[in-house]
Amino acid sequence: MPETNEKKIVTSTSLRLKIGLAEMLKGGVIMDVMNVEQARIAEEAGAVAVMALERVPAMIRAEGGVARMAKPSLIKQIIQAVSIPVMAKARIGHFAEAQILQELGVDFIDESEVLTPADETHHIDKHAFTTPFVCGARNLGEALRRIAEGAAMIRTKGEAGTGDVVHAVQHMRQIVKEMKALTVLSEQELYAAAKEHQAPYELVRMVAQTGKLPVPNFSAGGIATPADASLMMQLGAEAIFVGSGIFMKERATPLDVENNPEERAEAISRAKAIVTATTHYNDPKILAEVSEQVTGTMKGLAAAAIEESQLLQTRGW
Amino acid sequence: MPEKSTPLRIGVLAVQGDYAAHAEALAEVGALPIAVRKPEELQGLDGLILPGGESTTMLKFLEKRHFFTALKDYCSGHPVFGTCAGAILLAREVRNPAQRSLGILDAVVERNAYGRQIDSSIVMADSALPGGPLEMVFIRAPRILETGPEVEVLARREGDPVLVRHGSTMAATFHPELSHDRRVHKAFVEIVAAVARR
Repeated sequence: MPETNEKKIVTSTSLRLKIGLAEMLKGGVIMDVMNVEQARIAEEAGAVAVMALERVPAMIRAEGGVARMAKPSLIKQIIQAVSIPVMAKARIGHFAEAQILQELGVDFIDESEVLTPADETHHIDKHAFTTPFVCGARNLGEALRRIAEGAAMIRTKGEAGTGDVVHAVQHMRQIVKEMKALTVLSEQELYAAAKEHQAPYELVRMVAQTGKLPVPNFSAGGIATPADASLMMQLGAEAIFVGSGIFMKERATPLDVENNPEERAEAISRAKAIVTATTHYNDPKILAEVSEQVTGTMKGLAAAAIEESQLLQTRGW
Repeated sequence: MPEKSTPLRIGVLAVQGDYAAHAEALAEVGALPIAVRKPEELQGLDGLILPGGESTTMLKFLEKRHFFTALKDYCSGHPVFGTCAGAILLAREVRNPAQRSLGILDAVVERNAYGRQIDSSIVMADSALPGGPLEMVFIRAPRILETGPEVEVLARREGDPVLVRHGSTMAATFHPELSHDRRVHKAFVEIVAAVARR
């Protein structure tokens, strides 16, 4: 195939298909769900995809223990229950979990710092898979290292399970700032920039030319309100992940969407409002309307109060 | 051809999906893309593209603020092009599962008909467009099961229609916006230009 525009990333068929699905999710909300009922609520509220997991980050944070890939039976039930794409998380470096998720027909694998890492040196070789991967990043170097390994989508890490958007903001601003800085460098300076970012020169050069990542750049980690979603979109996110923000009540207690109609209505109102806010992120009138319709918000945990050793975002290398 | 000074204004439904890729493709073939997020933004457009994305999500937005009716009215009287999710929205009937649609294109469409993401593929196939085989990017693609007698099939994949035209309505089950080849967007812009000249 002749390459007509050298600014466009030259990629393999496989990577183009992976990035293609990420393109389809743009402008949408991907919601963490722990059971079939939550998955149906997410789809009904307008989620573009669901992330199937056994415990949302807020519960993992509160309960501790080793957090692993979700049970295959749960993932299969959720795949059966909804028509939208289904994502699931594998532990960092745990390529066997990823192989199982691919076999189950999951549409996107999140190699996630929210789960307990399985390898303290190596991430998964994502080129070895047909299923696309999304990975978290706190800065440009981390994002480009993940892309070099084959990630088809990057998301800010933020600090999952807190309902505090501060770190998602910090990571998005950092990545955007570092990309802008590359665009004004001369060709000669890009080699040293690649060294500084600890990232492959080819990818650094590509960002310098285009001013953006060669894969979609989404936001995650602490987004809990329609205003949070709008904030991240205005800062440059192309779509939003909401983890604990929709189905959690207290820190470790989910809303009872199966038996309690009021709590079910609250989850639906949050989900719908965040979906609307993500599309109309630049329309304060609509944002005010949907913010008013939300009947509650997860309690949350100020990220600044979390001890360094308890942060999830520092996992990944 | 339209005057250089007044490019055709072509809307792209931008509630969700790969609307930015369509906007880029439109700009490359000389049209002016306009993002449409609200029904009132349909006014004054020469044509409209319904992009790829999640059709269920797009429907949620269409079901608010009388957007569905406004869009249906618009599409009945203007050139419109739907890709993937957009083709699903345009269909007369949708299966797997059944869902509401605009009924602009006389066709029955089955969602996720080729399987999940691992079954997504890039295919080179012949089409009615001049210039040789066309690259077709299929992502969790729908399948056109039936077409009405007036629907012209412009390309097929293993027998299934994948690019169709009915009057000034076009639909593709693949994503021409994700290829570098701009022949499909050019073909649509030519339809828009022909209607605008009338």
